[in-house]
Amino acid sequence: MKTQFNRRSALARLGATIAGALALPVARKAKAAVQYFLVSSGAPKGYDPKDHKWLICVDATKCIGCGLCAEACKKENGVPEGPYFRTWIERYIITKPKPGSEETRGETLVDSPDGGMHGFPECPVPKDQIEQSFFVPKLCNLCEHPPCVQVCPVGAAFKAPDGAVLIDPDYCIGCGFCVQACPYGARFLNPITHTAEKCTLCYHRITRGLKPACVEICPAEARIFGDLKHLAPDDPLQQFYETHRTQVLKPYLGTEPRVLYAGLDEEVR
Amino acid sequence: MTSQLTNAATEVMPAFTGYVYPNEATAHPIWSVLIVVYPYITGLVAGAFIMASLVRVFRVKALEPVYRFSLLTALAFLLCAPLPLLCHLGHPERCFEILMTPHLTSPMAVFGFVYAWYLMAVLLLELWFDYRHDLVVWSKTESGFKGILYRLLTVGVTDLSEPAVKLDARMGKILSIVGIPSAFLLHGYVGFIFGSIKANPWWGNPLMPIIFILSAMSSGIALCVFNYQVLTWVRRREMNMRCLDTMAMFLFYALVVDAAVEALDWLHRAFAAEEGFQVLQVMIREKLFYTLSVGQALVGTLLPFLLLGSLQLLRRRVPEVVRRRMIFSSAAMILVGVLAMRWNVVMGGQLFSKSLRGVMSHKFDFTGGEGWLMGLFLLILPFIILAMLLRLFLSERLPSSEPGPHSAAAASLP
Repeated sequence: MKTQFNRRSALARLGATIAGALALPVARKAKAAVQYFLVSSGAPKGYDPKDHKWLICVDATKCIGCGLCAEACKKENGVPEGPYFRTWIERYIITKPKPGSEETRGETLVDSPDGGMHGFPECPVPKDQIEQSFFVPKLCNLCEHPPCVQVCPVGAAFKAPDGAVLIDPDYCIGCGFCVQACPYGARFLNPITHTAEKCTLCYHRITRGLKPACVEICPAEARIFGDLKHLAPDDPLQQFYETHRTQVLKPYLGTEPRVLYAGLDEEVR
Repeated sequence: MTSQLTNAATEVMPAFTGYVYPNEATAHPIWSVLIVVYPYITGLVAGAFIMASLVRVFRVKALEPVYRFSLLTALAFLLCAPLPLLCHLGHPERCFEILMTPHLTSPMAVFGFVYAWYLMAVLLLELWFDYRHDLVVWSKTESGFKGILYRLLTVGVTDLSEPAVKLDARMGKILSIVGIPSAFLLHGYVGFIFGSIKANPWWGNPLMPIIFILSAMSSGIALCVFNYQVLTWVRRREMNMRCLDTMAMFLFYALVVDAAVEALDWLHRAFAAEEGFQVLQVMIREKLFYTLSVGQALVGTLLPFLLLGSLQLLRRRVPEVVRRRMIFSSAAMILVGVLAMRWNVVMGGQLFSKSLRGVMSHKFDFTGGEGWLMGLFLLILPFIILAMLLRLFLSERLPSSEPGPHSAAAASLP
């Protein structure tokens, strides 16, 4: 049997391989362009995601645990009933150490019944035994390097240029990989649509010049929302920045969240 | 209604201790029993293929009787490998998006390509080159459905001249050599699906792909040992003890390396005792006691280690019947142990909250798309496919006319 290989065909194949490799970046750009037009985000026409950079700051010391934010979010976004939340509130109760225990603090109890949507029950620890007690609002951390986006096998989860991490529900295959990859427990599989869901910063609202529902309704102004690309000197975000030291959740994971917290305790994860 | 009733009777109600994020407090785990079956089946494929490569690439002559058998085992299981993933998807009708518009940073997306490569470019081709001579002969001697099938499978290439047959053998060897890293890649990637999740201290671990590959090798070889003995018994043939002893030897080595690396992983976890170690301890002591300490460590590792290890030392003194039984029970125990290992990995990562403050107990349905029955069906399905493949391609009635290096293999098959 005669072999089919000769120098010319080998060179032709090598050339084709190199051309293929060179075409990859172009193909990627083309894919990004197609995604730009085809991926639905719910934004109105004329909204340019490149002209904004959204940020949320949370002043944990201000949160009173009323749960209005969680309730407003459910209503605004049609989040199903049950253990499905785009935002929720956690209550932390840190007890005093036992006498002679040589500890600085006792036990840490955390709860979030119904995501804190209907407030919180009576404190299970007597008042005189509590060292500290506080509430922490939680939501999608708008990571700069979102692990949920990284693992999505089809690219249904994506980071918009304005910083919002979004999901195209018409594209999601419902594999649950992103739910597993989110370190903050901010994603869930919608039991009705069978697709992944998360906080979108109320994208349908913010792209029309409104605030997210949770920010709008918070009576204590614990959530501050703003656009870093259009920051006025008297902007609440600017003022918050100037007057608070902030930190993010689970910084060691390298996700670089864009949800900044003030007044967090080391117990908060 | 029946489904609801049976589920109500068999399911464990969900319960939570400590604090879990509200989104984690679901009744069912995000990844169900099917996702336990998925890496198990994929591992068996990789292991069975490595077993076949021992003959082709490493020229282990004693294993020739099980060469084709291992390849067919790999094929039967590979055909079923994506089914659990597919059944688990919220939108299975969109599954082709993984191949059409893949997101290349996702381990799951790349798995689609690795799978396609392994099935189309490695396993099917290797089998075709290996069987081509026989297919041509059978297509002439067999009639009816089988005859048509064999004729179709020859794809019109009926050249049986010496150079053509030599080329078959050469291609088979090249594909086998390419196949080894491909098999590693296939199952390594499954390990990477879990190992890449840094949010979860149970999963996020660079050793995960290696542990998956090593456990795949021991489970795949164990499967070949198990199936070989069952097939010999079903066909009432004499067992080739040299082949069985060699398989047992490789099974023992694979088990030792696998156990050593897994032990290293545990030692590291215990020594480093990073954040989350406390909750992992609760898992080991309480939540996964039966599947981890009993299933994986005792049944899946220690007992087969002792049985196979003693055989390595005292092989000549142990009577044949006892040896056969010892090897058979070791293989069965390793198969159970690796299944338990997959359970521990998949379920273990979902039994504690990512807040590291609480643990969950989930509900597992008996019936339904993601229930126990479905998992069991997907575990049995590859055996049914294997039985069909054996009937078609390893039948005792078919003449084995291949003059190549595997004539002995075909002749001494059970």
